[in-house]
Amino acid sequence: MTSELITLTAAETARKVASGEVSAVEVATAHLDRIGAVDERVHAFLYVDTEGALAAADAVDKARAAGEQLSPLAGVPLALKDVMTQKGIPTTCGSKILEGWRPPYDATVTARLKAAGVVILGKTNMDEFAMGSSTEHSAYGPTHNPWDLDRIPGGSGGGSAAAVAAFEAPLAIGTDTGGSIRQPAAVTGTVGVKPTYGAVSRYGLVALASSLDQAGPCSRTVLDAALLHAVIAGHDPMDSTSVTDPVPDVVGAAMRADVKGMKIGIVRELGGDGYQAGVRQRFDEAVTILEGLGAEIVEVSCPHFPYALAAYYLILPSECSSNLAKFDGVRFGIRVGEGDGDPSIEQVMGRTRAAGFGDETIRRIMLGTYALSAGYYDAYYGQAQKVRTLIQRDFAAAFAQADVLISPTAPTTAFKLGEKLDDPLAMYLNDVATIPANMAGIPGMSLPVGLAPEDGLPVGLQIMAPALADERLYNVGAALEAALLQTWGHPILQEAPSL
Amino acid sequence: MSETPSISREDVAHLAKLARIDLPPESLDHYAEQLAVILGAVAKVSEVAADDVPATSHPLPLVNVFREDVVRGSLTAEEALSGAPSVESDRFRVPRILDEE
Amino acid sequence: MSTSTADAVVPYDEVIAEFDPVLGLEVHVELGTNTKMFCGCPTEFGAEPNTQVCPVCLGLPGSMPAVNATAVESAIRIGLALNCKIATWCRFARKNYFYPDMPKNFQTSQYDEPICYDGYLDVDVETDEGMKTFRVGIERAHMEEDTGKTSHQGGATGRIHGADYSLVDYNRAGIPLIEIVTKTVEGTGKYAPEVARAYVTALREILRGLGVSDVKMEQGSLRCDANVSLRPSPDSKLGTRTETKNVNSLRSIERAIRYEMTRQAAVLRAGGTIIQETRHWHEDTGITTSGREKSDAEDYRYFPEPDLVPIAPDPAWVEKLRSELPENPAVYQARLQAAWGISDFDMMAVVRSGALDLVAETVALGADQAAARKWWVGELTRIANDRAVELTELPITPADVARVEALVGEGALNDKLARQVIEGVLAGEGSPDEVVAARGLAVVSDDGPLLEAIDAALAESPEVAEKIRSGKVAAAGAIVGAVMKATRGQADAGRVRDLLLERLGVSE
Repeated sequence: MTSELITLTAAETARKVASGEVSAVEVATAHLDRIGAVDERVHAFLYVDTEGALAAADAVDKARAAGEQLSPLAGVPLALKDVMTQKGIPTTCGSKILEGWRPPYDATVTARLKAAGVVILGKTNMDEFAMGSSTEHSAYGPTHNPWDLDRIPGGSGGGSAAAVAAFEAPLAIGTDTGGSIRQPAAVTGTVGVKPTYGAVSRYGLVALASSLDQAGPCSRTVLDAALLHAVIAGHDPMDSTSVTDPVPDVVGAAMRADVKGMKIGIVRELGGDGYQAGVRQRFDEAVTILEGLGAEIVEVSCPHFPYALAAYYLILPSECSSNLAKFDGVRFGIRVGEGDGDPSIEQVMGRTRAAGFGDETIRRIMLGTYALSAGYYDAYYGQAQKVRTLIQRDFAAAFAQADVLISPTAPTTAFKLGEKLDDPLAMYLNDVATIPANMAGIPGMSLPVGLAPEDGLPVGLQIMAPALADERLYNVGAALEAALLQTWGHPILQEAPSL
Repeated sequence: MSETPSISREDVAHLAKLARIDLPPESLDHYAEQLAVILGAVAKVSEVAADDVPATSHPLPLVNVFREDVVRGSLTAEEALSGAPSVESDRFRVPRILDEE
Repeated sequence: MSTSTADAVVPYDEVIAEFDPVLGLEVHVELGTNTKMFCGCPTEFGAEPNTQVCPVCLGLPGSMPAVNATAVESAIRIGLALNCKIATWCRFARKNYFYPDMPKNFQTSQYDEPICYDGYLDVDVETDEGMKTFRVGIERAHMEEDTGKTSHQGGATGRIHGADYSLVDYNRAGIPLIEIVTKTVEGTGKYAPEVARAYVTALREILRGLGVSDVKMEQGSLRCDANVSLRPSPDSKLGTRTETKNVNSLRSIERAIRYEMTRQAAVLRAGGTIIQETRHWHEDTGITTSGREKSDAEDYRYFPEPDLVPIAPDPAWVEKLRSELPENPAVYQARLQAAWGISDFDMMAVVRSGALDLVAETVALGADQAAARKWWVGELTRIANDRAVELTELPITPADVARVEALVGEGALNDKLARQVIEGVLAGEGSPDEVVAARGLAVVSDDGPLLEAIDAALAESPEVAEKIRSGKVAAAGAIVGAVMKATRGQADAGRVRDLLLERLGVSE
């Protein structure tokens, strides 16, 4: 019974809890047991809130017993990326500088999850302050890919993706600035969605790059992601960049799953050389399936995409150098070096930040400080913001020719831990296909389309839609997913080695 | 093709000072090297002819988002001070400040 | 680092003879909104430390700003009152620097896109050639947020130097500020200090009239930094300027600028160069001391605030705000001066004592303008100065003054008695009528008691009575004086005199 509970989808779990077939406490317990059994090896979690989770589950059971109407995801366990604040629960953002910090407030996303009766099991591991593509930059040790524990689970949200892939939770929340939900989804064989910028509140999402960050759902099925998307999305007056448009019917779209007559554009600049052979192969096969489902495939060109990476690695460090200035040992987090000599606060700030931030974080802060410096602003940050405009225009032109765009999510499957750590640029290249969507603010989804023949590791396909048209992702994704499921005969995660 | 900008130890030290990070002296050359490589890669944005292209600072065209001037949402002093490394008299205590305001 | 010996100075008239001063004034106004600029925390003065804070104004990880609509409206109204253009589209920007009173270690402000720009304010200054109007150009007015408050512990003076540690209270962090920056103010010559003072005074009146701030310099809701430089002549290029802070009153502005001019002149005369720096004004010693060296390119690494979207004020709304502006103080003053028929000199006296609204209100309640001015600009200003408070802080209202004047007009009080009634009101004894009753101050209007007193006085001084009867009418003064004394001043002297002469059968 226990092992069955953890393999259920979120939709199935919610149904069983609502019908009374199983209690939310049983569900939560089963997942907590699973975490206990495997997380020492996977290390998806930085903090497990056993007491809180069981209390939340119990509250759902009591509500159900009292005859109250339950929300669609009531009683479903979820793992929360440690970049989102949860009141009273340790929130580290994968960094030493926030060791022990318990926020005095819930992020809006966290509050909405709680209000929906979702059972938050704990906080997941991530690259420090969401900077990375492998979760190796976490100050608390890396997360291991459930498909092969010697390999990275992707990043920065490797913990969330791994938790879902390892059946520690059917749902997780990730955040995506340049691909940090989508790329981990691709390399772990799970589903990950970055909604339209502004669709999900950023209040309580510790900021990395404010104009790029977005929180989104991680799951094993497209429908599950849609259900979670519907819970967390929607205008928030606490977030001034949050859109007021009504949340699109993503759940309905996931159930419709019909691509007949749709135009699907393949982006010429995303794919080809530089992409692993097995990745391209599974991608091409998926394209054939889509054609078979009645979609028309067209090729589009986005000529400025080759500059997206460069522009991104100017905009992100610039914004983050400012966003991370608040970590100074004054109001929260660790304070270092106060007892050494008779330091001034300036010195204590300097010592705290040097001790509390990791290499990659320091690198990006300095890069950003440089790019914003007097004399350099126009050439670097200023110019990057113009490239951003050009990328938006490329997308606009492409969406004039197609309803959605597709590409491989990442150039390679999961690489080995340690393989790219010494080469920051090589690490950055993992995001080459996902970055353009963040730059333009449009939504993107990754779903698994197979295992690469050469290494048996998951491959993800990325779907992108125009801003505010998130439902198209779910429609196309669900259609593809259903067709693939038929081909395979079982969900792809069943192929993963048992832990 | 743009030149690879060079970053010296002194440049790194200056950036670290602006960013309030006390880098150990032995790390300066290492960061200088890495930053130079990264800058070389990102400098390609200048290859794009964009003189008459407007900059985009916000992905979506929202304007005029305001909040009514009505009190809401404060923390108690206890909550506010709860994460502080050092507290005295309900205020955040910090070592002596060098710079004038 | 303060110097142990005071800096050399040049006598002011010599400064003017050799140099041409150029000014720049930066004024920060704390808006009196209910909540902070970017969050819903209250802005009450004097609350317990760190009780008016939230994740946003504490700069906690994950927090995000939300713009106060009233603050934006106030900013626009201020710009309109200063004849500024209002931006059709502008953004907030981050000004990045580290300081313990800065919760985010950046200030959300405006950089190259201020909401108001390119305006002016005309100010009147008394010169040797009479009243002169100087036009002070306004470069910009923009929105930003205030910092927290640090208090320094362990040092002798409570200032930063020598302190062991500091305590930070973030109640003030995030309170809306409007920064108003003038263009360079040239052509003021020897009146530079007065022009500066008049500018801030006039600005304060405008802000008060708009109702956007309580503009109390002593409480910090109006702050002024003065920039001063000298050059050999108006044709020379601009000299190096210094910025003087801690200028906490109108008087300080005038004094600080005058001092800084004399100090800079001494440096330049000796062949030295002015260091571009921030200086600190000391009201007690009347000097400025060196503060932080201010490099021209303080690298704040400004960039547009990504957590806030642009502001594009609707032109129709801006025009509506413009049409609803209160009357410009200068126009208002001119109108009152004409209505009262008084001289520039007399009007200046009213304005300088801060009594304008009080006098106007008293007149509106029926008092004669000269009487109202006499009380407010004369007696009450003197008392306010003695008590070191603002006129408006005295426990007496225009209604009280108007009532006292009404009683005088009715003959129920004379001047001396009126003064006692005012005293009584100030002492908290009640309204003018209550004071009159309680103290028994009414002028004796019944002739009976007056005649009694006259007879008594005449009986006391029969030789004076003789003098009067024989035609020396002037001698009546002594009897009148005696009657006044006997009635404790509660007689109408004119009436006493008339009755006396009638009694003695003498006419003037």
